Formats: sequence, C-alpha cells, structure tokens
Amino acid sequence: MTTPLQVTARLRTPVTGADHVRGADDAPVTVVEYGDFQCQYCGAAYPNLHELLRQREGTVRLVYRHFPIANVHPYAESAAEAAEAAGARGKFWEMHDWLFEHQDQLDPVHLSLGVEQLGMPPDEIGAEVERQAHADRVRRDFVGGIRSGVNGTPTLFLNDVRHDGGYSLADLLAAVDAAAET
Amino acid sequence: MTDPNGLIGPGRPAPDFALPATPDGRRTGPGDYRGRPVVLAFYPADWSPVCGDQMALYQAAMPEFERYGAAVLGISVDSIWSHRAFAESQGIRFPLLADFEPKGAVARAYGAYAPSGEADRALVVLDQKGTVAWSHVSPPDVNPGADGILDALERLCSNREVMAG
Repeated sequence: MTTPLQVTARLRTPVTGADHVRGADDAPVTVVEYGDFQCQYCGAAYPNLHELLRQREGTVRLVYRHFPIANVHPYAESAAEAAEAAGARGKFWEMHDWLFEHQDQLDPVHLSLGVEQLGMPPDEIGAEVERQAHADRVRRDFVGGIRSGVNGTPTLFLNDVRHDGGYSLADLLAAVDAAAET
Repeated sequence: MTDPNGLIGPGRPAPDFALPATPDGRRTGPGDYRGRPVVLAFYPADWSPVCGDQMALYQAAMPEFERYGAAVLGISVDSIWSHRAFAESQGIRFPLLADFEPKGAVARAYGAYAPSGEADRALVVLDQKGTVAWSHVSPPDVNPGADGILDALERLCSNREVMAG
C-alpha cells in the first residue's frame, strides 16, 4: 500500500494592498479566510472570528478572500460580487457582515434591501452584479485559493500555514496564540 | 509508488477502460480523451460528506482544469443512478463513472481499491498519450483539494511547450 502522504498546505498568494483587511496592520498574526457567503460553516465561523479579533486586538488581523462554490450555492457568486461592489465604495466589511448575518436572505430582492440599509445605491450595485463587473476579482481570489490547497470553506491560513483544526472560538484563540509565539 | 499493490505510479501506461457514465448506457473512459490530459478522481462513495465537497470543488475549479485542456472523470463503485442524483444535488456536470459491475474492477486495475469495498480517495493524472504523469492517495476522510492536480497539469503543459520548441 502506498502510504497516504500528508503535506500541510501553505498560502501561495501573499497578502497585498488589494486584499480586504480588518485589524491592525502590524499584527503579528494574519488570518486569511477563504469563504463563501452562502456556506453554513462559514456562517458558523463568522461570529467566532469576530470575537477572536475583539479578544486579540493588536495581535491578529483578518483577511477575507472569496471562494464561492457556485454549483452548490446559487447565491454565493452574486453575494461575493456585491461585497466587492460595496468594497469599491469603502464598505466591504459592512457588506461582509450583513451577508453573514443574513445568509437566508441572499436572493436579489433581499440583497438589494441589505445594500440600501447600508446606505448604498441598490440599483447601481445591482447593475454591477448583473454585468459581473467584479467577477474577475472574485475569480482571482478563488484561483489563488485553489492553488494554495483550499479544499472547501471555510479554509483559514494562519501566517501562511493552513489551519486544519476547528473553528470554535477556543480552537481559534489557541491557534492564534500558538502562531503569535512562533 | 513502486509497490505493485499500491496506487499506479508515474511513467506507467494507464489501463484503458470504458465505464457507464449515464443512465442510458453511454460509456466513457480515458481513451475518449487522447491528446488531452485526463484527471481520474477515484473517491469512496457518492453522498459521504467529504466526497461531496471534493467533487463539488472540482466542478467549481473546472475553468482552471480547462485552461490546460484537461478532462476530469470522477470514479466510484456507486451505480449510475446514484451518480445521477448526486451530480444533480451538487451541480456536477463532468462525468461520474460507475465502477459497479464487476465491482471496483477499474479501481483495482489502478491499485486504488480499498478492502472496505470502496475506491480509495486517489488522484491520477494522465498525460496526452495516456501515461501516468502523477498520482496521489489521500486518507478517505481528507479532501485533497485541486492544487496537486493543477501543479501536475502545469508541469505537463510546460514540458510540452519545451518539446514543441
């Protein structure tokens, strides 16, 4: 029998100025999340990541990259592109939070209500999503994830090393604290 | 990869086969794609949670495989009816082949048949002439992702450019 070979995947696409970053620029630990706004596991990890950033302020920063599995989640791609449209208006994280807090309301009608709630023009953003103005950006994130060994969502990298543990707050705190010490 | 009982290794000619791909009895196999790289993705079973993710991931990654002109074939011991329902639930449009009768014959020929009666979670990339270029077996509960496949395809295509030049 060939022995199964386990190689820990590493992030191959470095964090750049084009990324969406939340938290201190000089934080010693960078968590890169590959996520899908319609994925229930990402939705479950979302409040834990939020709390992680609060409890380890200054130690950890979060980068969010898109990894929509559109064949399983029909609204994942449009949600990701809507987040980019919001990002172009300086409101990426507001939209990111709204999407994860309204995962059962990602259809176009509810999404446009969300956009309006956040003080952005729903018709303009709807048109950008419709003509896939931000599709290339979403695709770039996805491809970089694929090449880095992302095999599902959420996938996290802590300082470029894939996190193969759990997503509970306790697991995340322990992983970040360990990464901060190395 | 030299163990005769293990997964087929690089440099070996890939055994050709044709397995049922659709309920109407259409069969396909790597021979239908000669001249293109072929990715054979053996997996234990339709519906087990990790496989769902793995095959759904390959559908989402299809534009990247297509950049290398590669064909992707999923293979398990499930029947064509199970495959059809599974493919519909996951939005999978590439062929899922039924290694159903005689059970696991193709998986055995590739050294990818597990004692549990399912295929191993094994990836085999064939070059344009049907020779094994890369292979990899993962633990049954680990989704191997697509990075190893894409690295292998990239090497195949860059070698080809060198040969053509």
